[in-house]
This record gives sequence, structure tokens and C-alpha cells, in this order.
Amino acid sequence: MRRRAGALVALLPLLGACSYQHYQSAFGNAAVEARQFNILFVIFLVVCATMYLAVIGFLIAGLMRRRRTGNANVIEDRRHHESDPLMRSGLIGWAALVGSGLVALAIASFVADRSMAGAAAHEQLSITLTANQWWWDAQYNAADSSKTFHTANELHLPVGVPVRILLNSNDVIHSFWVPSLAGKQDLIPGRQNDISITPRKVGLFRGQCAEFCGAQHAHMALVVEVESYADFLKWWRHQLQPAPSPATPLALAGYNFVTGRNCSACHAIGGTPAGGTVGPDLTHFASRRSIAAGTMAMSTGNLYGWVADPQALKPGTKMPTIGLEPDQLHAVVAYLETLQ
Amino acid sequence: MSLPFRASLAAVALVALVLGACNREERHSRSKPVGEMVPAGQSPDTIWPGGTQPPPLDPRAALYDNNAPAISEGQFLYSRMNCVGCHAHGGGGMGPALMDDQWRYGGRIDQIAASIAEGRPNGMPSWRAKLTSDQIWKLAAYVRSLSGQPSKDAVGSRADAMSAAPPQTLTPHQPVRPSDTAQQ
Amino acid sequence: MNEPATVRDEDERLARERRKIARDGPKLNGAKLEARLGQTWRRPPGILGWLATVDHKEIGRRYIITALLFLAAGGVLALLMRLQLARPDNNLIGAQRYNELFTMHGSTMMFLFAVPVMEGVAVYIIPLMVGTRSTAFPRLNAFSYYMYLFGGLMLWIAFALNIGPDIGWFAYTPLSGPQFSPGKRADIWAQMITFTEVAALAAAVVLFCTILKTRAPGMTLARMPLFAWAMLVVAVMIIFSMPSVALASSMLISDRLVGTQFYNSFEHGDALLWQHLFWFFGHPEVYIIFLPATGFVSVITETFCRRPIFAYPIVVLSLVSTGILAFGLWVHHMFATGLPRVGYSFYTAASMTVAIPTALQIFCWLATMWDGRPRLAVPMLYVIGFIVTFVIGGLTGVIIASVPLDLELHDTYFIVAHFHYVLIGGAVFPLLGIITYWYPKITGRMMSERLGKIDFWMIFLGFQLAFFPMHFAGLLGMPRRVYTYPAGLGLELPNLLSTIGAFVVASAVLLFVVNGIVSLYRGAVATANPWGAASLEWATSSPPPVYNFAHIPVVESRTPLWDMVGELPVVTGLRVDDKEMLLTTVVAATPDVREPVPEPSLWPFIASVAVGIFFISSIFSPWAVVFGAIPSAIALIAWFWPKEIKRHPEPVIS
Repeated sequence: MRRRAGALVALLPLLGACSYQHYQSAFGNAAVEARQFNILFVIFLVVCATMYLAVIGFLIAGLMRRRRTGNANVIEDRRHHESDPLMRSGLIGWAALVGSGLVALAIASFVADRSMAGAAAHEQLSITLTANQWWWDAQYNAADSSKTFHTANELHLPVGVPVRILLNSNDVIHSFWVPSLAGKQDLIPGRQNDISITPRKVGLFRGQCAEFCGAQHAHMALVVEVESYADFLKWWRHQLQPAPSPATPLALAGYNFVTGRNCSACHAIGGTPAGGTVGPDLTHFASRRSIAAGTMAMSTGNLYGWVADPQALKPGTKMPTIGLEPDQLHAVVAYLETLQ
Repeated sequence: MSLPFRASLAAVALVALVLGACNREERHSRSKPVGEMVPAGQSPDTIWPGGTQPPPLDPRAALYDNNAPAISEGQFLYSRMNCVGCHAHGGGGMGPALMDDQWRYGGRIDQIAASIAEGRPNGMPSWRAKLTSDQIWKLAAYVRSLSGQPSKDAVGSRADAMSAAPPQTLTPHQPVRPSDTAQQ
Repeated sequence: MNEPATVRDEDERLARERRKIARDGPKLNGAKLEARLGQTWRRPPGILGWLATVDHKEIGRRYIITALLFLAAGGVLALLMRLQLARPDNNLIGAQRYNELFTMHGSTMMFLFAVPVMEGVAVYIIPLMVGTRSTAFPRLNAFSYYMYLFGGLMLWIAFALNIGPDIGWFAYTPLSGPQFSPGKRADIWAQMITFTEVAALAAAVVLFCTILKTRAPGMTLARMPLFAWAMLVVAVMIIFSMPSVALASSMLISDRLVGTQFYNSFEHGDALLWQHLFWFFGHPEVYIIFLPATGFVSVITETFCRRPIFAYPIVVLSLVSTGILAFGLWVHHMFATGLPRVGYSFYTAASMTVAIPTALQIFCWLATMWDGRPRLAVPMLYVIGFIVTFVIGGLTGVIIASVPLDLELHDTYFIVAHFHYVLIGGAVFPLLGIITYWYPKITGRMMSERLGKIDFWMIFLGFQLAFFPMHFAGLLGMPRRVYTYPAGLGLELPNLLSTIGAFVVASAVLLFVVNGIVSLYRGAVATANPWGAASLEWATSSPPPVYNFAHIPVVESRTPLWDMVGELPVVTGLRVDDKEMLLTTVVAATPDVREPVPEPSLWPFIASVAVGIFFISSIFSPWAVVFGAIPSAIALIAWFWPKEIKRHPEPVIS
């Protein structure tokens, strides 16, 4: 798992170079909703560009038009405009053109909107996403409540399966937005919204909070991995497992610190006494691709930095800088890395 | 009152109002990283030989007392660390009330921080191992606001939650009085 | 037999009294009239006179200069933001400071620059344009300026003292509520709203009454200049929309100060209530900023194409319908909040409908250019820049009016690009053009044409460089209000280009200011009508005398100066020993009443200081509402106390 995470870190620049358009972009086309956005956007762009060219054409024609020679400072006789009927019919034609263009666009938009609303009725997977300042808690729901689990800042979705994400907030208004997959929906305290996504492409996508939510709004991202149904099931079953017991003495020392000291006040790790609900669930923390809601990639070095001094990397975050002694830091990171 | 005098009076009032704000708004996101735990045996308490002075106020008090972001963080921690479970929203339950004027172990911010860090008899847990001293001091700042101690500019009026107590900006200032443990 | 004698004596006595009063007319005109009018209308000297002025020209100049200073300040903030965003994961400016920067930038530009500068230009020019000597309610006008100044100063002093707001210019709850915004930062923002809304409402009332009641005789509504129509619509829009945001911000202060539950979802309030109230104001606000600019474009196009605007009634109807439709769009700012989806479609349709009147106005301007003889002086260049730029913004607006498209693009840099295109392209370019156009009237000098042309191209090209890449940044996934962004998403190039463009724009604005200041001393001296324009403000000298017109003109067409034969016809009979203006009827502008104009007075200044102290101290204590009301009431009572008539009274026929 660590090798996989390391490979991803190496891959990021490559991703950046050749396929960044799809990682966090509105042209990612990776889900049915995003595809509908793309089609509608192209329609709008074509119609609007045509209208713009008409305006510019008229402007240029008006400025370049050959005129009767004469003193440019002579005021036009306001009663003598031989092109009046032409301009009048031009006005009516212009109004009709603009009106019909807008009606066409409004109809296209309405049709797309209704089809997206209709597609939302048949979800087969349900996730409850709760936004906090500044991280995402994801609870995978199941009919059998013993099969629900929590993860944080990362979603895995099976390709081709419609998923319905219920959206809650624990504090202020946030917005869930994975551009490559779908449009955004706000998470508003005191009400529950929802969004439906049907992914169509396997891959790794990044989303970000899109409603200003305080100091670290810029560092509230999440990773969405869309995978085949088989891979997803494998991941899902693995998430239901409790955390593995520490194998080495260093990891054991870390386990003792994590469950006995500050960490367990806020974090929960399945299968251990740590049961805090203030911060993200850490049961399979090391298998995730990022630390601190997309602030940095998952790697040993980044993990050391984060655990040692979160306030330096994400100032204002709720996780305090504890002031760990070096051997405590080694132990904690060693233990966290066993949480695959 | 002549116009220049009125204008300068207004200017002075305005400057005083806003200058008093400099520390109130400053957000301190981290304390010094090492050696910050409240050392055992050095905590001030309310009992000292008659006639002598109480111990001097810990210099950290200036960073947290009357500091609005600290009180707000303290409010967050107060509900997330389940202080509500024993102390309710200041009214008390299993634990004593925090919004009154009776303080068994002292009502100064450093005394409250010591109580949180060390724990106290009859059920107050010690949080030294679970919370950093920065978090403990923020909690202490919030606890003081429950009895109206800090300046009203620095406290938040209410939480975005079900209303459980009068707004703290209208909480009357309760003087700090030692309470006799024999009263319980 | 006695009665007729008494009546005759009475008549003679009245006639004797009346002869004592000096009025303008055939017996008193020319230099002697101007000297007497100058004496009657002059402002008292010294600092007290400066504070007490009710001359609309002086107040308008102050509004414009103050607004341009705020523009510069807000622009510097934008440069700092762009420096931080020039590179990914930059650490030039931290999160807290950056959040303050964009809050101050947005609030300054929207509340302290955009609306006040339009009001300032209107306050200066409308009385000249409609042919009268003063605005209606001149003391309210002065009060409006002082309230605006104090609100802006309060906000910026707070920012300098590190208690400035950091919640965004639209300050959504619950982030701006008591739990998540500790301290007084959000209260200062909310009270700045109160100051500027009071100022805007006062100015709106002044403009509304001035445009409807003080026009020159013969200037029917159908002959009124298009800028006056634009300001009339804007005044009504301000009156209907500003109370919404003033209410919302007062409720926010109340939540934060005394723990009311307006925005608390858990106690039967609603976090979304803020958004509805704010955007009910916020959407008309952008049209309040845009419609005066369309007035500017109409004025410039008419003058520099040498013909009246094509289809004047269509332009008027467009202004009015835009003003009305603007109130039915606000939910398009809330498409992501999860309100019923079918209801959203109504707002999509309305948002697209509002583009139609604007499109018709654009046609009318283009048709005027087509049929006229365009002369590409600097103001006309700005009009062309406006058309090229604003239409892009309008079309991206049509794009985001659609719900599925908006759900991807909301709260991204695509929106930032859109609103800068419509606000800078649609309001700032016409503003720069109209400043160049009316600069000779205001100062008596011409701005440098050569420098102006260089400046136009700098700002036009710099703007495109700064803001066009933002469309791509938004489509590539960059949300708004982020103090940094990660590498590897393709955002580096758009952001770097935007930063470079921002500095070009800043240099261009600096060049414009330099042009403005240097031209004060070195510019060519301006005649009364250097551009050969058609409207009444060009019928008086540059700069106008303090009483605007020696005689009130009479208007017989939409383009009076182009249609007059010889001299402008005038009416006579207004007093010269006392300040007096002529009120006319609302639609047909027939002479109605001779109205005394208030003398300069310190009470507007004193009242605004009292109200300012009241507002500022109510940030800190609810008791200030009670105690602050007392000095405010005293100041207002003193202001409105009936004045002793010192002038020679008119004889009354009993």
C-alpha cells in the first residue's frame, strides 16, 4: 500500500502534465452528469459565440461604413435618416433573434435539468457525507447497519452504479464539488441536501469545497476513486475490517500513544479504544491518497510533517500541535502507517 | 459643545474603542511547541496563608483571556469534548455549575486551566494527557465567559445550536467567589 | 365705495413690495445678473463653509474623488491577492490575511466605489443636465455623502487595525454568525452596510425628486436625456432593494450582539434566510451599478456619433424593464443550495429574459453608430471597449443562468471572470469614458487625448489578459476564495497570466489618475461645449458657475443644443436676492412652483456624526441603540427646525 501511495506521488506530476484536464476539471466527462454538462455547455457556447460575433460584426460594420463625404462635425439632421425603416426592421429582427436564441437555450437547459433530476431516482449506493471545518466525513450506508463504516476525505465509487450522496454539515455552509463527475451541491447546517452521481470512467478525481467556509477553505479537498465493481467490493469489504494490530514494538508504542493520549480524544480507529468523533476516522488512514483533506499527498515524509505540526501546514485547523518528543513521533507515524 | 471639541471627543472614543480590539481579534493558532504542559505542583489554588498575596497571573492569560478566537475555539471544544455531559451549558448537573459565582478551585483563567489539566476530586477528569495546553487554555477562556467574566466584545452571543442558555453577550458579570467545599 | 379703494390701495402696496424684489429678466441680465447670483449662491468661506456646503457640484465632486480613492485602495488589495495566486502553493500571504483581503476588496468595490461613484456623477451632472440650479433636498444630499464617507472610513480603519472582516463580501451565515466569526470583524462589516445603505437611500431620494420635479420647462419625460432616465430607474431600484440588505445586516448584528436566532437553523431560524435577503438586494445591486453606465454609453454615443440615439423609446423601455426584471432573478445565486429544482427553472428563464432589454439597448447604440458619424475620441473608444467586453460578460451570464451549467461553474473563477467582465467592461469602461467626457465641464480643462488613447488600450488589453484566463481557471476546477491552489491541475498558467494582466490594469489606472491630475494644470482650457454635445449641461460655462444657469433654459426637443436657433430660449423671473429654483410638473414639465433652496447648513454634518457614533457604538453594545438615538434625534430636529426667514418676504395675496 505504501508503494502504491508512493507511486501515486510520483504519478502526480505526470498526471499534471498529460491529463490534468480530467483530474479536477469540468471537462472530465467522467460521469453521466458531467457529460450532460459538457453537451449543454457546448450548445450554449456555440449559440453565445454566434450572438457575440453578430454584435462585433455590427460594431465593425458601423464603424467602418462608408459615409457621405462631408464635415464630420456636422450634426445629422434628425429628421433625415434614410435608413430608418432598415434600422427599424433590424431592431425587430435583432429582438426576434435574441429572443428565439434565449428561448432555445432555456429549453435546452430545462430538458437537461429534468433529465438529470430524473436520473436521480435509481441509486444503488448511498453515502452520507458530512462536512466539517475543514474535512469530509463519509459514511457508507447499508441496509444492514452493522455493515456501515466511516471514512474521511476519500470516496471510492463503482463505475456505472448510480450513487446518492446525502449531504449534511456540522458547522457552516460547505459545497461538495467533484468537477469531473458532477455539479456541486451545498451542505447546509440544519437541512439535508443530496446529489446523485453515476460515474462512467474509471480513474482518480479530485474535488474541493466550493463554498467559502473559513480560514482553510482552500485546503478542503477530497479524492474520489472510481473503480470497477469488483475492485470496489474489495475495497468496501476491507473498509469494514477493524484496524490491524500493531506488529512491531515501535508500532506498539505508537498504538499506546495514539489510543492513550491526545489522538484518541478526537479520532476513532476501528477495533481499538480510540473512539473520538471530532476528527476524521483513521481506521484505514494509510490507504488513503492524501492527508488533511487533500492538503498534501500521503507519504511518510508528509505524515511526519503533519503529525509533528499541523498548524504549520494548515494554519487554523482544529488539530492542535501537540509538541511530540522525537521518539513519540516515530512511534505514532509507524503505527499510523500500519493502518492500511 | 463646539464642533472641534465634539469631533475630537468622538475621535478619542472611537480610537479607544477600536484600539482595545488589537488583542481581542488576534487569532493564535499555535502555542509554543514544547514544554507547555502545566507542571505538576506549580498550579495556583485558592488556599494560601492569610494575608499573603495570591500568586501572580500566568503570563499566558493575556493571550487567551478576552481573546475572541480563543473563546470561540473553547466553545467548540466544550461541546466536542463533552463538558456538556457533566456541566450542561453552564448550569451544571453531575458537575458543578460554571455560570455562577462559586468557584471551588479558583475562577481566574490560570486556575481554571489548572483544574482542567489536573482534574479535581469527585469526578473532574484530568485532561493533561488528552488536550494540549493551548486547547485547555481556550476551554478555560470559554468557561470564564459562562459567568460573564471576559469583556463582552470578545464573547460570542450564542452557538448555532438549540438554545440552552441566555446569550453570553447578555450574561451578567458574576464576581469570582471561593466556595466552601462543606456546602456540597 | 370704500371697498374698491381699499382693494386698489392693496394692489398698489403689493406692487410696490414686489418691485423691491430683484428677479432675473430683461431688466437684470448679463454680467450684473451673474455677479448678483454669484453673491447669493456662494458658499460661506472657511472650513465651516466647506462642511456646510449644499452645492450639488461640490458634493458630487467629493463623492467622485472619494469613490476613486476607494477604487485605488480596493485595486491595491486585488494586486496583493494576485501576487499570492501567481504561483501554486505560494506563501506570500497567509490564509487569514488573504480572507481579509478578498472581503475588503469585494466590499470596497461594491459598496464604497461602484454605487457611490455612479451616485456622485449623477449628483453632479443631473441638475445641469435637466437645467436647474440645485438638486432637490440639498442638505439630504450632503448628509448622504458624510454617511458614505464615515462608513468607508470605519471599514478601512478597522482593516488597518486588524479588526477588518474576513467573511467574504457577501458574508454568508452561519460563517458570519456568532459562533464561527468571533470578535467584532463581522459586525464592522455589517454596520458598514448600514452606513452605505443609508447614504444610498438618501442619494436615491434626492435623485428621484430632482429628476421628476426640477427639470427645465419643456423637458417632458419623453425629451429627458437617457442618463436621467437611467438614474430615475436606478433611484427606484435603490429604494426597493437597499432595505433588504440593511435589514439582513441588522438582523446579523442582532444575532451577534444579543443572541437572536434569525439565522440559527436549530431554533426555527434559517441559515438560508441570509442568502435570500442578501441576494434580493444583491442582484438589483449589480443593475444599480450597470444601468447608470448604460446612461453614460447613451450620452457618449449620441455626442460622438453626431446623432440622437436610435429608438429612444426602446432604450427607455429597456431601462425600465431591466430595472423591474432585476428583482426577479436573485435565486440564480442560490442554485446550489438545494431549493426545489423546478422552481429554479423559473429563475433560469427570468435570468435569460433580462438579457433581452440589454440586447435591445446594444442594438440601439450600434444602430446609432451605424447611422451616425462616429468620431473615435477617447470616450468613444471606451464605449467600444465596453461593447466588446460587456457582451462577453453578458453571454457568460446567459451560460450560468442555466441550472446544470451553473452547478458546475458556481463559486469558481468562471464566475469571477463573468462578473468582472460585466462590472469592469460594463461599468468601469463607461465610467472612465464619461470622466474623460465630463472632465472639461467639471474642471474647465481637457484631459490629454494622446495619453487617454494610450491609457485606453492599456486598460482594455490588460483587462482581457487579467480576466479572460479566469474562465479557464474556473473550468479547470479552481474554486473562489482560495488563498492558494495545488500544482498539477493546470491552474498555473491562467493564474500567472491574470497576475500579469492585473498589474497592467493597475498601471493603466495610475496613468489615468496622472492624466487627470496633470490635465488640471496643463490641460487645454475648455469652452462651454468642447465636444459639440446636445444636452443642457453644455449650455453653461466650464466649470459651471455656482448657480449653474443665469436663466433657466426652456427645452423643445431631446437634443436642445443641436436644435436651438441662435440662443437657447429661457424663462425668467426667479429671484436673485435669494436662492430659488423652479419646480415643474412630473410628466409635462410645465412650470409649477418657485421653490426656495436651503442655505448651507452644518446640521447634515452634525447629524451624520451623531448617527455615525450611534451606528458604530451599537456594534459594541445594544444600549447604544437607545442612547445613540438621542443625539441623532436632536441633530435631526435642529436640522428640520423651521428657519427664520431673513430675506425680503414675498407679498402674499390674502
